Amino acid sequence: MPIAAVNDFVIRFANVNGSGSASANLLFARSILRMGVPIAPRNIFPSNIQGLPTWYEVRVSEEGWLGARGGADMLVAMNAQTFAQDVAALEPGGYLFYDSTRPLPPSSLRDDIVVLGMPLTEICTAEYSDPRQRQLYKNIVYVGALAALLDIDIGVIDTLINERFKGKDKLIAANLSALKIGYDDAKSRFDCPLGVRVRRSDQVGDRILVEGNFAAGLGAVYGGATVCAWYPITPSTSLAEAFERNCARYRVDKATGKKNYAILQAEDEIAAIGVAVGAGWNGARAFTATSGPGISLMQEFFGLAYFAEIPVVVFDVQRGGPSTGMPTRTQQSDLLSCAFASHGDTKHVLLIPDGPNEAFEFAARAFDLAERLQTVVFVMLDLDIGMNSHLCAPFQWDDARTYDRGKVLSFEKLEKAPNFGRYDDVDGDGIPYRTLPGGHPTRGAYFTRGTSRDRFARYTEEGLPYIDNMERLERKFETARGLLPRPVLKRAAKPSRVGVLQYGSTAASMDEAQKMLADEGLHVDTLRIRAFPMTREVQDFIGSHDQIFVVEQNRDAQMRTLISTDLGVATDRWTPILHFNGMPTSARFIHREIAARLRQPAAPQPLEAAE
Amino acid sequence: MTYLAKPKFHHPSIPVNALGFTHRDYEGSMSTLCAGCGHDAISAAIIHACFELSLPPHRIAKLSGIGCSSKTPTYMLGQSHGFNSVHGRMPSVLTGANLANRDLIYLGVSGDGDTASIGLGQFAHAMRRGVDMVYIVENNGVYGLTKGQFSATADRGSTAKKGAAALDQPIDLVGMAIGLGASFVARSFSGDKAQLVPLIKAAFEHKGAAFIDVISPCVTFNNHAGSTKSFDYVREHNIAVNALDVISGRDPIEVDYAEGASQSVTMHDGSTIVLRKLDANHDWRDRSAALATLERARVAGEIATGLIYLDDDASELHEVLGTAERPLNELSERELCPGSKALEAINASLR
Repeated sequence: MPIAAVNDFVIRFANVNGSGSASANLLFARSILRMGVPIAPRNIFPSNIQGLPTWYEVRVSEEGWLGARGGADMLVAMNAQTFAQDVAALEPGGYLFYDSTRPLPPSSLRDDIVVLGMPLTEICTAEYSDPRQRQLYKNIVYVGALAALLDIDIGVIDTLINERFKGKDKLIAANLSALKIGYDDAKSRFDCPLGVRVRRSDQVGDRILVEGNFAAGLGAVYGGATVCAWYPITPSTSLAEAFERNCARYRVDKATGKKNYAILQAEDEIAAIGVAVGAGWNGARAFTATSGPGISLMQEFFGLAYFAEIPVVVFDVQRGGPSTGMPTRTQQSDLLSCAFASHGDTKHVLLIPDGPNEAFEFAARAFDLAERLQTVVFVMLDLDIGMNSHLCAPFQWDDARTYDRGKVLSFEKLEKAPNFGRYDDVDGDGIPYRTLPGGHPTRGAYFTRGTSRDRFARYTEEGLPYIDNMERLERKFETARGLLPRPVLKRAAKPSRVGVLQYGSTAASMDEAQKMLADEGLHVDTLRIRAFPMTREVQDFIGSHDQIFVVEQNRDAQMRTLISTDLGVATDRWTPILHFNGMPTSARFIHREIAARLRQPAAPQPLEAAE
Repeated sequence: MTYLAKPKFHHPSIPVNALGFTHRDYEGSMSTLCAGCGHDAISAAIIHACFELSLPPHRIAKLSGIGCSSKTPTYMLGQSHGFNSVHGRMPSVLTGANLANRDLIYLGVSGDGDTASIGLGQFAHAMRRGVDMVYIVENNGVYGLTKGQFSATADRGSTAKKGAAALDQPIDLVGMAIGLGASFVARSFSGDKAQLVPLIKAAFEHKGAAFIDVISPCVTFNNHAGSTKSFDYVREHNIAVNALDVISGRDPIEVDYAEGASQSVTMHDGSTIVLRKLDANHDWRDRSAALATLERARVAGEIATGLIYLDDDASELHEVLGTAERPLNELSERELCPGSKALEAINASLR
């Protein structure tokens, strides 16, 4: 039976990298959004510029489930190289749309799917003489065909094309013509619409569709960052680029044309963090954006910033590790290497957003926290959050909000503070006062160093001042605990002794899985952790549940280790639900894994058995 | 090292500079380096140069990496903020500090291990970016703190204290700095204060990346026969290509050079360098001639010192980036935050 589903399906595009499909696919996705139906688009792309297979997936969900679902109900097969594997992955009853210019051997097709062939190449060859145009407009032609097949309002796509190419009338006309060709051909060739289709709705509201890296880059602009030093690395590059683009727009002095920011593409990640640390030391809000390999390279500087107490923000857009790993796939596998970065006794503040809206907010807030705490603050995104567009609540900013510049002694304050000690815990919260270079002619100068020192920043290798300092840093970490975003609790409809801990990009899939479990009478409470060190609520949640699952996107259950270390709780009886193949975790996966264990509590746990 | 702290009081007739500071106001903590260390002489030269230029001590930021040389910022400019960063990474930290506040004067102190070995990459990129700084390498050819291993500037065939010979080609930081686009490049000797102090002063007056390689004998590990960084060896092989004096706008000094033998350069802040040419073949404005001078000296087994290359019209990093005149670290929400209205427009564009 062909699948029949209105506003609830997954469509997957199989393309060739560099063929211009990305913008056509986004156009398709946005048209559904404009019809008021929530979508979750995802790019699955290789570490390559041209030629290798790439996929684009759009989950359409009127109910608003925006995590990866798994499987596909419709396939737009534009890549001969992956045709067989793509067709094999289609759900039974699914639809295959392909370029039928060259006939396929019948044996390669399944008999439980609906096959829709359109001679796209033939159509475009007849229509366009330039080979590049043939390629590019082929993408728009299939968008037109899909509009007919899925009952998407062609007028909506028309509007989007007009907005996209505003002022470039020739391009608008050419795109509209290609769109119409596809639409008309599909109408005449197939019985439109299909069983899967889009129906106008009002479930999008004021939400926005945006990539997490854009959101974080914008958040850094709003948070007052003035110095960005970075080194290109997937998947963090677009974060620095988003900062640059928004600075160019909002941070250039209109009168002078001068920039109220400085962006430096460094020679490597070590220099990038070095520049950010130098700028933070000198009173600017500074950051770098990187991914796992960069985190490894920056370790020594993280230790310096921790020990010398220098504010700096680091965005880690996590990808598949270890080593070069899976550079274009997602994972949550840098938690431990960031939380305990560098040699010696170190620990660092992590902020863990669940998507673009929090990425914006946490990015801005990270600069306040870094200056308040005089330390490194990591914002832990991942490739799924950073490089995919997500439907989320609109960004918000209160114009009354001011930056927390932390404990900095100005000239006036130094005049009244004759006994300035850089590492003196005056307030008992572990946070000392700092001065900025050039601030006072005779007071406040001190020597910043990674070596051990006393409260007055004087070099010493004696045990007591060293311990005094290390214990103060510990006190400061406790202060941090109270300043960080609280976790988000989602209670089951009925009281439950089963608790699920989760974080970051797992959230959307977890919410859906919680609903799927509840529909089967399996009630679980969930707690989304948003920061390290942990806040009290995490401890309370653990204490009030008998069975704990921790859902992560890494092999080693890094969050479990982090919680165990931070809160001193025994976690050996917890059940990790781990998804780490590089694709985002899905509701189906989480549901299946948790449901199996809840139904058979005595069943052996494969992960522990493997250990 | 000296065990007795210097007395704070001074004679009422002791000279003061244009800011009313005495030499003492530019000094730092007591040195903990070995007695006779070339580095202490360089610190003294830096102190003297800053005093003579009447630089406000608190407007200088002194940064360093790791090693004997990188410890020296503690022993000078006690009223300046200092940052002893990580090994080989002073250039990036200084670059960031400079980006945050373009109004301060930046002094980077490094050593041959810190710059030519672990930090070669950062050295290179700071030079090519034209970071406005004075970058001094205290070059003794050895790692002192780990007891005398060769560094990358040790000459091939020179021997360590216990007889081992350096096997690899030496890195000539001066030649590299010129090649990388540094706009002020000099070499000097810690034992030649008369040459070193004016060079440091000129470097401070220069706008852009000013690099000085100062050969600084390690009295403990590299001052023996067979070393090419010993006091005796450097004195015997030192060939000054020019002599210079700096006439600061703030502190005029009369100089008396024979007509025709000297050339003067006006620096960006209005001060003047007067150069007396000692090597007829050396043209310090010409990059290729400067490199030829270095090569000639190398072949002859000599060490060319003096101002090797100067581009007095170079642009520095902030000019290249087009950053605001006001230091970035002084900007507030008003200049930095686009506000809720702009954000609403951004939201609208994402629907």
